[in-house]
Amino acid sequence: MKKTDRASGSFTRRRFVQSAAALGLLDFFSQLAPAYAAGAVGPGAQMRVGGSRVGELVIARTPFGFGGRTGSAVTINGTVPGPLLRFREGETVTLRVTNRLDIDTSIHWHGLLVPSDQDGVPGLSFRGIRPGETFTYRYPVRQYGTYWYHSHSGFQEQEGHYAPIIIDPAGRDPVAYDREYVVQLSDWTFMSPEAVFSRLKKQGNFFNFQQRTAGDFLREVKERGWRPTMEERRMWAQMRMDPTDILDVTGYAYTYLMNGRPPDANWTALFRPGERVRFRFIDSGAQTFFNVRIPGLPMTVVQADGQHVQPVTVDEFQFGAAETYDVIVQPKEERAYTIFAEAMDRSGYASGTLAPRPGMPAEVPPLRERPLRTMVDMGMDMGGMDHGGMSPSGGQTAKPMPGMDHGAMDHGSMDHGSMDMASGQKPMPGRHETAGMDKMSPVNGKHGPDTHGPGNSMVAMVQRNRLGEPGAGLENVEHRVLTYNDLKSLEPARDTRKPTREIEMHLTGNMGGFIWGIDGKKFSETPEPVRVRTGERVRVTLVNDTMMEHPMHLHGVFMELDNGAGAHKPRKHTIIVKPAERLSFDFTYDEPGNFAFHCHMLLHMEAGMFRFFNVSGPSLWKTS
Amino acid sequence: MRPVTSGSAVMLLSFALVRGALAQQGEFPLPPKDWAPPVHDRPVIPFLLVDRLEQRWQKGNDLRVWDAQGWVGGDYDKLWFKSEGEDEKGGRTAQASVEALYARLISPFWYLQGGVRYEERPSPSRSSLALGVQGLAPYWFDVEATTYLDEKGKLSARFEAEYDFLFTQRLILQPRAETTFAAYSEPERGVGQGFNNLELGLRLRYEIRRQLAPYIGVTWSRKLGDTADIARRANTEVSEKALVAGLRVWF
Repeated sequence: MKKTDRASGSFTRRRFVQSAAALGLLDFFSQLAPAYAAGAVGPGAQMRVGGSRVGELVIARTPFGFGGRTGSAVTINGTVPGPLLRFREGETVTLRVTNRLDIDTSIHWHGLLVPSDQDGVPGLSFRGIRPGETFTYRYPVRQYGTYWYHSHSGFQEQEGHYAPIIIDPAGRDPVAYDREYVVQLSDWTFMSPEAVFSRLKKQGNFFNFQQRTAGDFLREVKERGWRPTMEERRMWAQMRMDPTDILDVTGYAYTYLMNGRPPDANWTALFRPGERVRFRFIDSGAQTFFNVRIPGLPMTVVQADGQHVQPVTVDEFQFGAAETYDVIVQPKEERAYTIFAEAMDRSGYASGTLAPRPGMPAEVPPLRERPLRTMVDMGMDMGGMDHGGMSPSGGQTAKPMPGMDHGAMDHGSMDHGSMDMASGQKPMPGRHETAGMDKMSPVNGKHGPDTHGPGNSMVAMVQRNRLGEPGAGLENVEHRVLTYNDLKSLEPARDTRKPTREIEMHLTGNMGGFIWGIDGKKFSETPEPVRVRTGERVRVTLVNDTMMEHPMHLHGVFMELDNGAGAHKPRKHTIIVKPAERLSFDFTYDEPGNFAFHCHMLLHMEAGMFRFFNVSGPSLWKTS
Repeated sequence: MRPVTSGSAVMLLSFALVRGALAQQGEFPLPPKDWAPPVHDRPVIPFLLVDRLEQRWQKGNDLRVWDAQGWVGGDYDKLWFKSEGEDEKGGRTAQASVEALYARLISPFWYLQGGVRYEERPSPSRSSLALGVQGLAPYWFDVEATTYLDEKGKLSARFEAEYDFLFTQRLILQPRAETTFAAYSEPERGVGQGFNNLELGLRLRYEIRRQLAPYIGVTWSRKLGDTADIARRANTEVSEKALVAGLRVWF
């Protein structure tokens, strides 16, 4: 994609913004976040903050609902999502947040590089915002891009306390577009989040109504034969694991929202044929991964987690809770397109329309069949299993990896060269084909003897580099799907030093009791943080010992995902770690502070999959 | 810019001072101990499962049966209680027991349980110490295995297993097996030495909601060994078949 290509038509973004400003906020912003249907609360308006323009945000309980039902939401300025905040890179922003709830609240600026005391994590960066109190956040805006903000207190994020942030770059935007829309996806339930959480603690599969049944068994026997079917069932049953365990909370409890609206409210974005439309997709689901596509329109990904990437064109992408992708589409025809965001377990979807005129719906695609976990997800050795003779990873499996025994691992002796080789595998050639198991990702580690105690119910005996995989259920689709291997930062990295230290952490869980932790321990069991220093080049290696994806979010710094892109490693605030995956990222903190590191599945975090980094040393942020 | 509240200004200033001082010292302080933790991962949760609340139609004496258990606690430690019993036609309680146990998660799928059992019926009532395991065995069997030591030093044991077989997402067939074992005979209770009873059940439930499921089913029970001999001598049934209908409910 041409990075300098301004809009082909005369209707450039700059002129558009100027004219919009001249008319005073008007349509442009109502397109970003239009007022919602009568009787319910819709997304708020845009609020430009910076310099002397102070943002005023009020957190309160507000009735929210649709389809004849009304629940109670925790809102920012009365809407779900809250107001779109618009900053400019290089400015200092001041935001006054007033708590009108009867419990503490907070705002975390997700992905923003702010000083520790402005990061908004109660118990780490500050005490939290008490009922009736107004807390003033003030921080310099050190970056550009699409982000979001949300409560970091209890389950408030599930209840509607989230909203988008757009930061306009200080210089010229390398992305050319004529219109832009935020598409903030989320999951809403009329159940209280506390009830959702306690149901899962009592029955881990409470919300899963897509389990395998006798009918599935008979169908499979017919298709595959008695013995392979029995053998496959036997393995799952023996492990006490359920291959239909894709998402903990499903469409049984959730209605999936697009900019605060359920599918039948059909949120609509307008375009004129030939225009370049920029969508800023944000996954604000508390517990939901989405598969996003606009049938009929290829999407060119230009930003990931707010940071520019080298443009890559795909037809679909999967993203996890808290991730963002900016894409450009260029519809040429005078017709409507459906913006379709399917929950990863296919138990529901959010959708809207991209159309030349309001009230012009397009065909909504059917939900595809729910995926199944595989033995790769379980960290099993697949050598020679049911695809005889194939040894996609045999060589690597046989080759001893340095530091495979993480229990007694000497991080100093890690051979980073060979790690880079392992993770630098080319995007899998079969990605766009339906080659099935031939796409097996390379093995890059094996598990040591530590099984992490009763809080963890399985270990990934065989770990793989899965950065070239598109995500659960998208392995065999007939079109291009984004993978982490496709992400290459537009700007080369500033810090290309080799890490001087490696920290390995295992993501662990016990699905039956809904216990989640790191290295088999909940946060409350590990009061000691991980201590690092500003300027220290640190590598973190994560191994997912569970059969679910975990979108891991690090506060206060970008993680540079080692996907083999060298100096162009993508900078991310949230990285999905797939089941039985082993991946690494590097970072260098500029700021001292206490910074959270946690799974962004809200209920996993609250169950204990949470740690923090204690960063000491002088601030190295260049205040130029 | 609007004026910042004085409280916030003081806070900002004090943060700035603290951070300045620390930059020299080099160690960033951990969060103060009086701040609430960032996540609350030790919730105390109450659970009550009435697994069987059923009417049993069988030759001679129809029964009403209950079997409930529940717990209060966190992920690793729980206070667990169980109760089961049988009412005969006319309201006479033939069996009734309660157990109060402390349970500890000792492995990913298993709780170790220890505590006491009190049996009100059959008379005379008695109390026992209880020690057992409860959890999920490979192949998805829900298992309870408990040994009891009563006040006279008599040792007994009880084993239960259940399995859920899904016809559909909501229509579930549950085979169930239960057996008891006594180390010493107790003729006054009609119990002989060794394995003394086997009960098999097959219940088909429909989960209207996860927590509410009516069911119908059949049970077959047989007294074994010495216990069967004792029953024969007393002219009571050794083997019984029954139709059941009931409700499974949890909170």
